[in-house]
Amino acid sequence: MTLTEERAKASPVRRLARPAPDARARGSQRFLLVGLSLASVYSLFPVWWLIVAATKDRTGLYQSNGLWFSDWHLWSNLRQVFTYENGIFLRWTANSFLYAGVGSLGGTLLALATGYGLARFDFPGRNLVFACVVGSFLIPIALLTLPLYLLFSKIGLVDTPWAMLIPCLVNPFSVYLAKVYTEATIPFELLEAARIDGAGELRIFVSIVLRMMTTGGATVFLLAFVNTWNAFFLPLTVLRGESNWTLNLGLYNWSGKRAESGIDLTSLVLTGALLSIIPMAIMMIAMRRYWRSGVTLGALK
Amino acid sequence: MIRSLRWKGAVFTVPFQLGFVFLYLLPMGYAVYQSLYRSQSSGLGLGGTTDTFAGLGNYRQGLTDSAFMGSVLRVVLFACVQIPLMLLISLALALCLDALSSRTAGRFRVMLLVPYMIPGVVAAIVWINLYSPDVGPLTPLGKVFGLDWNFFSPSMVWPSIGNLLTWHGIGYNMVIIYSALQGVPRELFEAARLDGASEWRIARSIKIPFVRGALVLTGMLSIIQMLQIFNEPALFRNITPQTVSDSFTPIMIIYNQAFNAGNYHYAAALSVLLALILGVASFLFYRLTSRETD
Repeated sequence: MTLTEERAKASPVRRLARPAPDARARGSQRFLLVGLSLASVYSLFPVWWLIVAATKDRTGLYQSNGLWFSDWHLWSNLRQVFTYENGIFLRWTANSFLYAGVGSLGGTLLALATGYGLARFDFPGRNLVFACVVGSFLIPIALLTLPLYLLFSKIGLVDTPWAMLIPCLVNPFSVYLAKVYTEATIPFELLEAARIDGAGELRIFVSIVLRMMTTGGATVFLLAFVNTWNAFFLPLTVLRGESNWTLNLGLYNWSGKRAESGIDLTSLVLTGALLSIIPMAIMMIAMRRYWRSGVTLGALK
Repeated sequence: MIRSLRWKGAVFTVPFQLGFVFLYLLPMGYAVYQSLYRSQSSGLGLGGTTDTFAGLGNYRQGLTDSAFMGSVLRVVLFACVQIPLMLLISLALALCLDALSSRTAGRFRVMLLVPYMIPGVVAAIVWINLYSPDVGPLTPLGKVFGLDWNFFSPSMVWPSIGNLLTWHGIGYNMVIIYSALQGVPRELFEAARLDGASEWRIARSIKIPFVRGALVLTGMLSIIQMLQIFNEPALFRNITPQTVSDSFTPIMIIYNQAFNAGNYHYAAALSVLLALILGVASFLFYRLTSRETD
């Protein structure tokens, strides 16, 4: 059952059942609101600080009150970010989009096919495949990434985009989600009917299953995209040269420069950090219907 | 189901199976294989290195390596404090949201979820700068209250990282717990209210037991993540290499053994050990939390 269905069922009951608020209830209500407001301030003020910091030059950053604006230097900060080292920041942004976009798209298609196969066909070894999917959640990332680095370096893939894209194609969590979604949205009867009408299995998958799974597919894609965009250990291990880095790696490098060579890139790092949140925020807000169900689905099943 | 059809279904899973073999099973097997060898420089170190079979030697070394075991202990102790604290806050917030009308709750939920939208590396960068005595607002704020805190000192670095992880994690965990709360049958509350139970009593005796499953799940996910913590300490190390050593967490040691010391064999053995520790920790946690319901 999805979250929205549950809420739709629960809320009318709740509204009817709620007793008229007396003074005590109103008092405790106020208490809850104060608690939640404090938690919201805690959640939001670092982001607010980052936005303010991105508008300041170095003097402003070091000398003015961090929680309010001083002189407006956002445009010059942006210019600095985009022109530093011949615009390497744009390159990193493009790389992040490439790895997260293409990798997740391929991974989602593969996961949908696998999830469909696991959910709607009873072939020998099915349980073993599913056990592998769930078991892989427990494998530490280092146990996979280090040998993967060695194997990739043997076939010359290290430090190429493929070293990021190939691992993104096989995502057990996506497969798990795709299986759960298939079970919820594709009825056996429909498949039977299509078969009786003479449709081939591939045709059924492409023109019926994929079409009915748009919502599930979008959720799987979104979560995979966010995961890849946020990845750090894998790119740190398999990408060596600056030109293949992701935004995360680039920002990590910039933020470490002060310790290494004494160059203070603080305002560069902060403006870059703010910029790197924007695609993620747009993505999540635009697709919030999907990811809400995706986030909670993992918990409910 | 017709026999041929079953096999046709299996075909849909073949690409994934192949990928799983090459990207999961093969690397893991390779890591185990590597962990059983040791590279030794032949002669005077001029003729390069040769790999010799070491049996469980690397594992023995890992289990007695005080840096590695120390880092595991450090992370486990940290997990024992940070995870319950974070889940407690998430649970409290979820209960608060559940007691409000769904419109007000929705507004707060969006605000509380903002940190979850921020990539972990960026979150760490933001907090490191908030903590910074030069640019951060927290140091002057402390001075107002007469506190002279240094967030990067050896005794403060774990609380600093803990606060960062809590900030990043409460929204996500709250949503999972909140959606489990939405599944509690509302009639139960009415019955309890008629019997004279207070709201607090209802939360304690009906709601919390009902969301146990969600708490176990979020706890399990947090443990798995925590034992593998790498990004945050790595970024802190950028700023305070004196406080955050390169053997601060297990994965940092593994990374350094592999890429700075060039000792892949030992790094492989340590990552297998870490996988075993992770398995044992998850199993223990699962047993501990499910025992009461039996």
